[in-house]
Amino acid sequence: MPTLAELTAMGRRAEQHRPCPRIAVDDDLWQRLAARLADGRGTLLGLWGDAAAVHMAILDEDQKYMAVVTLACPDGRFPSVGRLHPPAIRLERAIRDLFGLDPVGLPEPRPWLDHGRWDLRHPLARTPSPRGDQQPYAFLPADGESLHQIAVGPVHAGIIEPGHFRFTANGETVVRLEERLGYTHKGIESLMTGASIDAAARLASRTSGDSTVAYAYAFARAVEAALAIEIPARAIWLRALMAELERLANHFGDIGAICNDAGFALMLAHCGVLREPVLRTARGCFGHRLMMDCIVPGGVAIDLSSQGFEQIRELVRMIGHAFPPLVELYDNTASLQDRTVGTGLARPALIKQYGCGGPIGRASARAFDARVQLSYPPYEALLFNYDVPVLADGDVNARLWIRIREVEQSLALVEQILARMPVQGAIRVPVAGTGKACEGLALVEGFRGDVLAWVRLDAKAQIERCHLRDPSWFQWPVLEAAIENNIVADFPLCNKSFNCSYSGHDL
Amino acid sequence: MRKILFKSLVGRPLTEPAPLANDPEVAALARTLDSAARARLGRGLSIREIDPGSCNGCELEIHALGNAFYDLERLGLRFVASPRHADVLLVTGPVTKNMREALLRTYTATPAPKWVVAVGSCALDGGIFAGGYACAGGVSAVIPVDLHIPGCPPEPLALLKGLLSLMTDGGA
Repeated sequence: MPTLAELTAMGRRAEQHRPCPRIAVDDDLWQRLAARLADGRGTLLGLWGDAAAVHMAILDEDQKYMAVVTLACPDGRFPSVGRLHPPAIRLERAIRDLFGLDPVGLPEPRPWLDHGRWDLRHPLARTPSPRGDQQPYAFLPADGESLHQIAVGPVHAGIIEPGHFRFTANGETVVRLEERLGYTHKGIESLMTGASIDAAARLASRTSGDSTVAYAYAFARAVEAALAIEIPARAIWLRALMAELERLANHFGDIGAICNDAGFALMLAHCGVLREPVLRTARGCFGHRLMMDCIVPGGVAIDLSSQGFEQIRELVRMIGHAFPPLVELYDNTASLQDRTVGTGLARPALIKQYGCGGPIGRASARAFDARVQLSYPPYEALLFNYDVPVLADGDVNARLWIRIREVEQSLALVEQILARMPVQGAIRVPVAGTGKACEGLALVEGFRGDVLAWVRLDAKAQIERCHLRDPSWFQWPVLEAAIENNIVADFPLCNKSFNCSYSGHDL
Repeated sequence: MRKILFKSLVGRPLTEPAPLANDPEVAALARTLDSAARARLGRGLSIREIDPGSCNGCELEIHALGNAFYDLERLGLRFVASPRHADVLLVTGPVTKNMREALLRTYTATPAPKWVVAVGSCALDGGIFAGGYACAGGVSAVIPVDLHIPGCPPEPLALLKGLLSLMTDGGA
């Protein structure tokens, strides 16, 4: 049976797409590739629309082969991938809403991001159509005796992003959860079209605030790949330093919040005491607590002073001292584990099918980490202090332990980065057009999983089309499955252990 | 657990001094508010946070207000789960059209007297998300705003100062 690489070799390779190939395919090859994904012989990394084409990013994890395949759709239709491979369903609904391209055979007629509130339909199509009447959104039915529905959101009872959850429950047990997202759709891809690289970088940094470093990192790498720009060595290391600080801050937030959702507020308080110094150190070193706009195409916007260097060293020392007792606290509190062990099971087969990244994937036996498998610089030069942490249990407990192990690993990485980073040197190179249209793709491991960025620049290096794919696209659907047969009261716990992004998903 | 609890008991608190009412930034923000508002709000505020389309950066910093360093509850500020219990709506984001009705309904569900605090650059006028097909363009495009706390996102201290200005006469 041909591999993905052998199949794509049958298509026509586009010029000026870096670092992986982009291949124009016909209907037949498109469907064969979709069937291959459905057979589990490849992972769907992304699927997005263009004015009269659809693009699909695919990955063969065994061969470490990544490619973008493009199908032109001059008549506004393309064979649905979701028909064969369910992870593509929401992506195709989004393509239909935004571009008006019809995924033929898609077993889901409902819109996804379009809630009938915009003044026009298909805002990213060449010619958007005027707003028509829209059917009320029909939630999926659940039949059975004594079932009742609970509608939650879009405004939730905490300091959380908006989204709607429709539970069907039998007594306390959830028999079906259906998510409805799209509430935070800001039209980022439309705002990026025609924007300068700088303006687009600022938008990319605000796609999901908690992953601002990861997004800026992915966007910058995609632009640099397109323009074939080499950035200074010191900038490469500073980027990884920021990415690991972001991971630390978010993992502390998540570990604390998961325990808090099981009623164990002590952990939230102590993790908060670790999270805050990470943000303050980032503020001291890079001028912004979340390090927004610190990574820019061409390098980084701000250098690390020798004083900042020492601050980060001190931070790592402090956390290295304060974190182990908290790990021990979690490990020794049986009443807390009673809530987390066996709760919210995400089956490895489903995780593999959806190509779930981040701690969610790694807690269900999917050993994928873009830092290791795709080993972009400087990670190819860093020695992980052990293999990528992977567990197979797939429950809330496993997702929490993966985050604990990743905190330990990030601390080790930060130490290595500080030790091996060039002591001085340039941190930024100018970014200019090459006089030719060009395209670039990047995959960067954020705290939540792999963030994909794809750009097409025109001859003057303006953005012609940019697509950003949050890891949440492939995690949200699995949450629907993980909550099944759990009690309603455990939903916050399961949801927090996934911690998917609403804004990153809704764009 | 005992060790951790004991250490916390004998250790010095991490909580930092709050900005004072005579802090110039607090006073300046307070002057932007109507005096009747301040008289009614007194010394305690129940806050309902609502995100009609932020990037979640503001939420992270609002969350930080609860940590041991800022500990906003000591100042009489607390977050409530329902708009029906709230004095203040703390609103983030450019207000997406998909969230416009939800914001309006949340506002309507909040009993008067009520105040709206818009948080962050995009809550002011849509910020970098303004001008697209998908955003209403700032909180004031949908509901009346009493106070705006700038920043992308505002740091916890800036948020704290903004909220305190609701409870101070600002020397006005």
